Amino acid sequence: MEKPKTVKVLKFHPSKCKGCKECEKACSQIHFKTKEGGEKSAIRIIKSGNSYQMHVCDQRGLCLDMCPVGALTRKKNGVVWLDKNTCIGCQACVGFCPIGAMRKADVQIEPFKCISCGACVRACPENALELVERNIEDIKEVVYHNQGRGH
Amino acid sequence: MIEGQIPIEEYQTGNSTHEFNLKNLHSKHKILKEYKYKIGSVDRGFANRTLYINLDSNEIKEKPVTEKMKKLFTGGRGFGLKLLWDSINPSTRWDSKENELIITTGPLCGVTQYPGSGKSLCLTISPSTDIICDSNVGGFFGPYLKFTGFDAIEIQGKAREDVIIVIDGEKGTISIETAPNEETNSHLLAEQLTYMYASEDTDKSRQKISVVSAGEAAEHSYWGCMNFSFYDIRRKVCRMKQAGRGGLGTVLRDKKVKAVVAKVEHFDGVSNHPADPNKLAEIGTNLHREIRDLDRDQCNMRAVGTAHLAEIMNEYDLLPTENYRFGNFPKASKIFSPEFFKLFSKIIPDGCWHGCTMACAKTVDAFTVMTGPYKDDKVTVDGPEYETVGCGANMSLWDPLWILEFNFYCDTYGIDTISTGTAIAYYMELYEYGILNKERCDGLELCFGNAEAVLEFMHRMAQGDTGEFVTIASKGIRRVKDWVKEKKWGDPFLIEECGMESKGLEYSEYVTKESLAMQGGYGLTLKGPQHDEAWLIFMDMVNNQIPTFQDKAEALHYFPMWRTWFGLNGLCKLPWNDVEPADNAETDEPAKVPGHVQNYVEYQNAVTGWNVDKEELILQSERCYNWQRAMNVWLGRGTRKDDWIPYRSMGPVTKMEYLSRQERYDKCLLEQVGIKKEKLETMETEEKMKILYDYRQNQYQKLMDAVYHRRGWTPNGIPTPQKMKALGFTDKKMLSMLQRKIDKDHKKGLNAWGGLYNSGEKPPTKKEKYWEAW
Repeated sequence: MEKPKTVKVLKFHPSKCKGCKECEKACSQIHFKTKEGGEKSAIRIIKSGNSYQMHVCDQRGLCLDMCPVGALTRKKNGVVWLDKNTCIGCQACVGFCPIGAMRKADVQIEPFKCISCGACVRACPENALELVERNIEDIKEVVYHNQGRGH
Repeated sequence: MIEGQIPIEEYQTGNSTHEFNLKNLHSKHKILKEYKYKIGSVDRGFANRTLYINLDSNEIKEKPVTEKMKKLFTGGRGFGLKLLWDSINPSTRWDSKENELIITTGPLCGVTQYPGSGKSLCLTISPSTDIICDSNVGGFFGPYLKFTGFDAIEIQGKAREDVIIVIDGEKGTISIETAPNEETNSHLLAEQLTYMYASEDTDKSRQKISVVSAGEAAEHSYWGCMNFSFYDIRRKVCRMKQAGRGGLGTVLRDKKVKAVVAKVEHFDGVSNHPADPNKLAEIGTNLHREIRDLDRDQCNMRAVGTAHLAEIMNEYDLLPTENYRFGNFPKASKIFSPEFFKLFSKIIPDGCWHGCTMACAKTVDAFTVMTGPYKDDKVTVDGPEYETVGCGANMSLWDPLWILEFNFYCDTYGIDTISTGTAIAYYMELYEYGILNKERCDGLELCFGNAEAVLEFMHRMAQGDTGEFVTIASKGIRRVKDWVKEKKWGDPFLIEECGMESKGLEYSEYVTKESLAMQGGYGLTLKGPQHDEAWLIFMDMVNNQIPTFQDKAEALHYFPMWRTWFGLNGLCKLPWNDVEPADNAETDEPAKVPGHVQNYVEYQNAVTGWNVDKEELILQSERCYNWQRAMNVWLGRGTRKDDWIPYRSMGPVTKMEYLSRQERYDKCLLEQVGIKKEKLETMETEEKMKILYDYRQNQYQKLMDAVYHRRGWTPNGIPTPQKMKALGFTDKKMLSMLQRKIDKDHKKGLNAWGGLYNSGEKPPTKKEKYWEAW
């Protein structure tokens, strides 16, 4: 199989965001068929002073090597994908995600994450979100294998 | 180094591949018995029934797990003790047909959220010790056994021909089948059975099978271990973890069981149906994060597993070299963890159960076998773990490749690396003294460092060589001591005191000469000298945190109880203190790792729905610990004389050892024994050795006194009926047996302290029959 070379990741324009969180509602609709947003959304908009920050998976894929059952794979379109049916809910990916973007909601044991579907982009009334194409080689990160930090 | 983010299908080990005609193999199976059962589901960690199989009558039945059983025995090893108690009698020995081989799980076994939650606890009457041996092991079998519907399996009786037991959680059947043509050695047998019983030809299906097996050497030795397989979807290899200690594999093969296979249809993150899955996810995720952030600066388990200990032990003079004569060695750096790190395949995750991000189960892939029947094959070697590296040091093998060769053959032949390595190191020392020689060793030149001879011995053992030495030596140090003394080949004192066994079981790989508490940590154990009850060397020797007998006794109460707890629940001990919270050093009792103890309180409550606190966890263990000791008494052992340890574990047996650490021992004579400097200077080494010997033996007796008292036992080490009642036991058979034993001891004058106390020193109490007031 030809390996994907690029992946779409979310880009955030904080100056445009007004904090309505329509993106979160759209996201939880995709993952849990509810407009609750919040902990059921893979994208989170967090107020920081007078502006907002986005917190979401950047598809770097460190979690791919963490999964003991192979539930995490990079899809043809480059997106890091969690197959819920294969997942055994161990939370290794959640614990090891360097930015805390692999999320866990109370309703199920399996985690969930951003799949770059663009629902949030379409839902944003301010055009504060967009999907941009990145080279996987530029963002890819692997779990440390080295013996100790200094070696 | 293999880069990360390689799709799982594309990982390659470079191992040799095998072509098995599985259809043909399977067609030769004759089904002796098939039993259909309702698969059911696990409720709050318990399947609520156990599986009983009798190989004499081919009877298969289910036994209920009662609430009383949970209350008294918690689960796991505790259930194993209860099942044994109901099935054997005081004259049962390892090869009696009523002896059982028991594999248990525990209520937390099979949880995926918290690292180290896939352990099985195995029990039997050991061929080495004639008492109960318990051994814990990773791999998928335990969780799968529970998810197919059983908290434990007990196998009684002996089959007439080689059989396998198949627990099929997909069809809901349990079968006993003959298996005449399968391989016996584990690395091939596990592969054959995994491929044979997988529902589909996919890695996913193969991952749903786990095989328990031993090997050819287990048939001829008392060191038989059981291998528990787990299929690695990245390496596409059936990997194995070992229930090593005490000869479980010997009993498995004596029962003519080639393998036990468990197959699950489906499992997920909540197959245990825990009371509070979100709590589990929360504490599990927190521990994953601790491991992520701290492991590389603490133990480096994720990079090299337990092998990191070799360099630490060598630095502190604790790495056993040349049969524990020394604690470090000039060549030791050749087998430090960086050397193995170079050989390990760096593929994360390396947990032996899902979700264990300690990931200590390292492998060397495409290892080229150097000797024996699999010479030139490229295989995956699991490990080596520290203990196996320590065996290398003990046998003076300073080449990582020979340690891997030793490790590979021990595993596939189904023998314990620890017992095998420790015993061979002893034979090598006798060889050095000329007590053994080439002729007496059936032509083997068993001198220190001779790796070829070590492997040749193992191959002969596997072939069932009937030479006198091979036959006796494969039964372990205790039998060799008796044999060599009977032959009058050497000084009985030397033969007895330098062989590192206690209760008939070989020591694991730590030098304990300078830590009295750790001498107790080995000697005052239930099953024999294994470090899984207590590891107190740093607390005692390095940090001097437990200076008095009372302090040491408290540590030898708390830590064995605490560590027993993991085995009642199906857990691994490593995530408790091989990673510590960042603020652990600032807590009241850093050695206990209070932050993680609290995790375990919440963990057990979250699975079972109980409402226990940390004191209750210790109580759970105390019940089982005392019950096991009481059963050892019932089996005719479990007394002070059985807690004897060889002097090699306490001090210098030989002049060379004394002289190699003369400053240390002289200092001990000056400062602890109180010999005047002028006098010491005039003394011969032999005289100094004798005084040190008497002193350290007496110290050990005093330690026993303090520990027995703390544990609620008599001075002869018998758990008192009063203590047993306080723990909630009302079993009349057990209580009256203990009372009779204590009365008998009284007549023989054995209810007296063992230490000689000078003026100003006191035994734990001067009251006779102090327990009667409890």
